[in-house]
Amino acid sequence: MRRQLKLSIGCALAFLVGLLGLPLLNYFAPAFMAQRVGGFTLTWLVLGVLFFPYVWLVSGYFIRRSLKLEDDEARNALASKEGALR
Amino acid sequence: MNTSLATLNGVDPWILIFSLVTVVVTVVMGFRSAKSSKTAGDFFVAGRSVSVGWNASAISGEYLSAASFMGIAGMVMAIGYDALWYPVCYACGYLFLLLFIAGPLRRFGAYTIPDFAEGRYDSPLFRKIAVCFVLFIGFFYTMPQMKGAGTTLAYIFPGLPYWVGVAVVGAVITLNVALGGMKGITLVQAMQYWMKLFAISVPVFVLAAVYGGYGKNLEINRTSYDAPAALISAATPDGTSGPAVNVRPPLPSKAPVDEAWSSPFGPLTTKAAKAAHLTPEETKPLSLLYTYSLIIALVCGTAGLPHILVRFYTNPDGVAAKRTTMWVMILIGVFYIFPPFIGVIGRNLMPELYNGLGAKGTDKVVLELPTLISAKYGVLGSVMSGIACAGAFAAFMSTFSGLLVSMTGAVAHDVYGRMLRPDSTPEQRMRMFKFAAIGIGAISVGLGCCVEPLEINFMVGQAFAIAAASYFPLLFMSVWWRGMTMKGAAIGMLTGGVLALLAAALTNVSNLALDKGPMGKIFSSFAPLNDFWAQHPLLRILCEQPAIWTVPLAIVLMIVVSKATASEVPKNIRMKMLVLHAPEALGLKNEYIQENQAGAGH
Repeated sequence: MRRQLKLSIGCALAFLVGLLGLPLLNYFAPAFMAQRVGGFTLTWLVLGVLFFPYVWLVSGYFIRRSLKLEDDEARNALASKEGALR
Repeated sequence: MNTSLATLNGVDPWILIFSLVTVVVTVVMGFRSAKSSKTAGDFFVAGRSVSVGWNASAISGEYLSAASFMGIAGMVMAIGYDALWYPVCYACGYLFLLLFIAGPLRRFGAYTIPDFAEGRYDSPLFRKIAVCFVLFIGFFYTMPQMKGAGTTLAYIFPGLPYWVGVAVVGAVITLNVALGGMKGITLVQAMQYWMKLFAISVPVFVLAAVYGGYGKNLEINRTSYDAPAALISAATPDGTSGPAVNVRPPLPSKAPVDEAWSSPFGPLTTKAAKAAHLTPEETKPLSLLYTYSLIIALVCGTAGLPHILVRFYTNPDGVAAKRTTMWVMILIGVFYIFPPFIGVIGRNLMPELYNGLGAKGTDKVVLELPTLISAKYGVLGSVMSGIACAGAFAAFMSTFSGLLVSMTGAVAHDVYGRMLRPDSTPEQRMRMFKFAAIGIGAISVGLGCCVEPLEINFMVGQAFAIAAASYFPLLFMSVWWRGMTMKGAAIGMLTGGVLALLAAALTNVSNLALDKGPMGKIFSSFAPLNDFWAQHPLLRILCEQPAIWTVPLAIVLMIVVSKATASEVPKNIRMKMLVLHAPEALGLKNEYIQENQAGAGH
């Protein structure tokens, strides 16, 4: 459970950096974020389009790791025939 | 019969056909799947046997409400960049659900969220508090769906009174839910997701093919950071000179200018500061604060909506619940790329919508925009418009059915089955489910008829603000911190939820006081509040978007009170935590609510 929580918090942090960092970039580097990429302003492109794939990547990574952790946990617990977890 | 024929005269046959097909398919599918709903488990949690793909589609279908389908495009059109936070945070809320809540919540094996609240703290009292919140948030969320139904039907059939739409949609969905319960609507909602995706993406692709892509349409909105390019010359009405850029009709004076519209910290986040006549330099930090508070409200609110949470109990186990959440994010994310695009095209091609308000203005851009294609391609425009209307139908029908199931579950299972008649048989509870569905459906229709003057976004925002400050802290802390006590949980949740409600209500009544219609008269006594806001823009922002202080406050209260009442931590907390977090393979699983008929369930 502790390792699961660590994983969750790690993924949440990776995601929060993106989510909370974007307004900061808008705030401190407006000229940079307003440059045009294929017609979009950079900030519009990031928030309106690229943010979704980013969230999918984070969640995909989380699922893989989390299921593996559960497997390990189950295997360890069964091997020691204790059935007790931390 | 005569009256219905009379109203049919001004109706586009394609719109009529597509809308009718949506309703008929919903009813037929509801009837068909209702036949397979037999046990109480089927009614409350669809027999806990919904596969990942179906449940992900169903959750997405339930989540994409009228506010998503029509509201987001309208908001992007009306306020520009800042409105993009809505779709992004609506989707990101699921990441928090996935990381912290979905798996453990499912493993607990309850029927409803109040079940979880009671079981986690061994406290029947806490179940009562939780039931109240489910019903409260549910009704707040139901009203805007009803309003969406009423206004869309009035748009499709000019001359039809508002309440007819509310009554028709309410009746159809109530029938579905009463007949089939959770299992009955799962299939319908899943199908409605794909319908909505189809209904928003096809018109967008056609529009993009005719009027240019996303980037090209955005490029027309120049900001001061762009080089004053030769593009300006494209502003000649016939577009003969300059590069091949679409020409936009002049914007009405009510529309925000390009600069404010396409850059961050636009009209939405600077409203309070503008009213206080602050300089742009003083305004910017306040806008940043507003943005952060909005993000917190939307992300935590999504992760705390009871009608979404209850759907995770329909998955067979915790692993499936996690997988489902990931797929929900993908399905919802794909959908949310389209509405802002419609808003952008709408700004360039239909600026006249800026002159209307709410449902008569930018909110109907999704339905109106496809008709533009008619000018070039005749009937194709009507077909596209019909498809968009069908999507709108699917939107408020599926969200309302989800809300109705979660509220009915709370009444039939928690109030009747656990509080009033704990010894009732599953058959009795199932019958109660049907009665409760009809009763709550009727109340919802009644409420829906009263809220015509209120704005959809105001009501949805209210529901999110309450959910973010009550259910999200409760679930997050209960799942991960074993030191929580019932008193800590209840005090944190109540304080957070009630303060969020009061704060948001305060700004809303002051807005209503400015209204020129009948609402303005009712709330005129709150008008002086606006002078107060003008002097204290910071306070206004903190009230309008309270999440930035209510969510931390709720969590801090939970910790402090729990520490103070540490002796009341449930005795078997180790076992409870084990049930929440242990993988299914260990065989520790023990559904909190079991069907006590032999051979039934699973």
